[in-house]
Amino acid sequence: MTATPDSRPPRWGIRFTGDAVRHSTLPLCTAAVPGILRVPLQQHIGHRTVPLVAAGERVLKGQPLGAVRDQTLGARVHAPSSGVVRGLENLTAPGRPATPAVVIETDGADEVWPGYPAHAKPLRLATSALRQAVIEAGIVGLGGAAFPAGLKLNKGGGVDTLILNGAECEPCINCDAALLQADPQRVLLGAQIMLRILEADVCLVAVKQGMDAAAAALAGAIEQVGDDRLRLVTVPPVYPVGGEAQLINVLTGREIPAGGLPWDSGAVCQNVATAAAVARFLTSGEPLISRIVTVTGAGVARPTNFDARIGTPVAALIAAAGGYVGRECRLIMGGAMMGVPLANDSQPVTKATNCFYVAAPTETTPRSPERPCIRCGDCATVCPVNLMPQLLLQSGRKNDFEQLEHLGLQSCIECGACDYVCPSRIPLTQQFAANKQALWERARERRQAEQAERRFSAREARLAAAAAERTAALNSQTEAPEAALAELLKRVENGNDRTTKDPDTADKG
Amino acid sequence: MKFIQQSGPHWLGANTVTVMMRRVLLALLPVSLVSVWLFGPGVVLNLAVAVAACAGFEMLALRLRGLPVAATLSDYSILVTAALLALSLPPLLPWWVTVTACFFATVVAKHLYGGLGYNLFNPAMVGYLVALIAFPQFVADWPGLSADHSWPEAAAALSYFATGALPASFDALSGATPLDTLKEQLGNMRTMAEIRAGEGFGLLAGYGWEWLNLASLAGGLWLLRLRVISWHAPGALLATLGSLYFIGYALDSGANPSPVLGLLSGGTMFAAFFIVTDPVSGAASPAGRIVFGAGVGALTFALRKWGAYPDGLAFAVVLMNMCAPLIDRYTVPRVYGHRQRP
Repeated sequence: MTATPDSRPPRWGIRFTGDAVRHSTLPLCTAAVPGILRVPLQQHIGHRTVPLVAAGERVLKGQPLGAVRDQTLGARVHAPSSGVVRGLENLTAPGRPATPAVVIETDGADEVWPGYPAHAKPLRLATSALRQAVIEAGIVGLGGAAFPAGLKLNKGGGVDTLILNGAECEPCINCDAALLQADPQRVLLGAQIMLRILEADVCLVAVKQGMDAAAAALAGAIEQVGDDRLRLVTVPPVYPVGGEAQLINVLTGREIPAGGLPWDSGAVCQNVATAAAVARFLTSGEPLISRIVTVTGAGVARPTNFDARIGTPVAALIAAAGGYVGRECRLIMGGAMMGVPLANDSQPVTKATNCFYVAAPTETTPRSPERPCIRCGDCATVCPVNLMPQLLLQSGRKNDFEQLEHLGLQSCIECGACDYVCPSRIPLTQQFAANKQALWERARERRQAEQAERRFSAREARLAAAAAERTAALNSQTEAPEAALAELLKRVENGNDRTTKDPDTADKG
Repeated sequence: MKFIQQSGPHWLGANTVTVMMRRVLLALLPVSLVSVWLFGPGVVLNLAVAVAACAGFEMLALRLRGLPVAATLSDYSILVTAALLALSLPPLLPWWVTVTACFFATVVAKHLYGGLGYNLFNPAMVGYLVALIAFPQFVADWPGLSADHSWPEAAAALSYFATGALPASFDALSGATPLDTLKEQLGNMRTMAEIRAGEGFGLLAGYGWEWLNLASLAGGLWLLRLRVISWHAPGALLATLGSLYFIGYALDSGANPSPVLGLLSGGTMFAAFFIVTDPVSGAASPAGRIVFGAGVGALTFALRKWGAYPDGLAFAVVLMNMCAPLIDRYTVPRVYGHRQRP
């Protein structure tokens, strides 16, 4: 029995059928710890992480490997298992700058680092201690964006609603459903901890219509916990309802102001796995060293959700899922809509990895040659942020940045819905991503130019002030009255200096 | 294992321009059949000439512009233009009138403006208007329709098609359309009741024309259901035109046609579902489409009531085509998270 959604279906978005439904329930297994773990030091949005370990050093499971200097925007990285550090290696990932990764040769002992305490009753801890714990545990948003979770919980006051996102933004991704089914209690404890930190009134745990097993498990757990601030809500199965801004809007009717941050809407949205990670750290002292990753698609023998250590290579997970089917595939990191194709399968699991979609050629759509835009407007109908892609396309091709800004291109979340429905097969998302990048660079250049101008005018002002000071000093030395000095200057300007000896007569003449 | 490199989205929808155009062609089937039933096989001849001419001009234009011919023809858009044009023109015409209309539709209105997706004006309406203004003796007159009308004789029709000369026996072409009759008779101070009782009127509106309009409505509703078109422009057109007729009718039902008669006359339904729904030459946003459709409706009413031509739809559409870029400028919807519309 499928529950009816608790909110009205949005006017935008796409309802997938067929394939998306097929990917909806996969078993959950724990992946073996591989012999070599590659743990990238930069797995989050924010500042650089500096390594805390050196080659040859033995590390224990949960020991910090790297930390951000000022703990503001960034997250610690911990050893996913015990072993010996082999060194640092440069890792390139698609769409991101190369980042150093700590290479650990695991020893199979999985010996735990004793540095972090376990709390039997984490809800009794002080708010500040809880917030500090989220930062220490290196927890980032596990929905895919990897925004440091501690920062999102840092807002004192003004937030009344906590939203736990279990709605799985994209088709193919199944890790949140697996977590909710397997461990709803932990998710709810995480929710209670976050509610305490935020001092919010209510926590809405959102699942998508059709995630029946997850919803049932969650409903049972909520009843058991008996905390009436926790509520299960079902959202319509419309893509991309699982996007942060979209989910906040669908559930609360509020919008994140343009250029603002999510909590400016009075709601904070966290992934269900993020909440579970917070609860795990406080109850067991284990920081964020593993996550659930979906390995799915017709290109893999047995699609499975894996509870995998960070740093596990994709190849190991695919092998655990029975290996590849066929000779070629799209190996997509992420879901069917926004996922990024990988060039090889050596990429490690990071905190941001929610899914590897091994797509057989039969289940993806090859790009047929694009045709001219006929302005049918289907793209505008599905756009979750109410943009007019057909107008953006024109302006983007002309590099008319003013118009792009005017039409609100920066609000584009690159969900690909416009691309999906375009009858002319125009790669809109690709173009908008490039246009956004160009807009961003333009803004940076403008900022730099403004800064340079400010520096220049400040220097001018400084020089002028110094000159004025000198003149003033000169004046006080000669003790000449100001009027006489002005007179003198005027004469010098006129080139008439013969009267300097007798100013009075010159005046009359 | 070979890893295919292709950026997302990795799934794409099934809808394509070809699918849309094919559906529009199918939706034109009812009105085409009714047209043949009323006016005879000349309609088919007219359609065949239009398709051949439009396709020929399209191929020529594509070749001159150095664009792929087969790939572009395969999207059926030129077939839609040809069908819309042929169904807008009178059912039997000398061939060169149709060919001239096709030239202006395809080469001037479409390709000189940049081809599919770039044309400012609706190509079919441009072709129709050029023919109407250049050959009023052929295009302004439609065969009269009444309960006892018959198809023109084949030999006479063929001779008319080939030479443009009207045989003496051939008076079927000079009959007046219901809108003509209305205009003329209301001008002669006859009342609506008298006019409606006269020859050429049927159950709801003009004899035959009511069926043409209902057939267009049926095709249009099917397109709406498949979401090939949106309701905004047709809805606004019909609502505006209907309310204006209603106001006139309510004020003086003797001197003004009823809304039902007005909406089922001339090319109303055809224009509502097949002409103002052209996305290229119309407005882009839903709000813009409402303004666009309402504008066409209001202009049509004014042109029908006070203009020199009995049906002003084509003029109204082309005039609103001119306004579409301006409408687009002022009807961009508010973007998520922004307080004001751009």
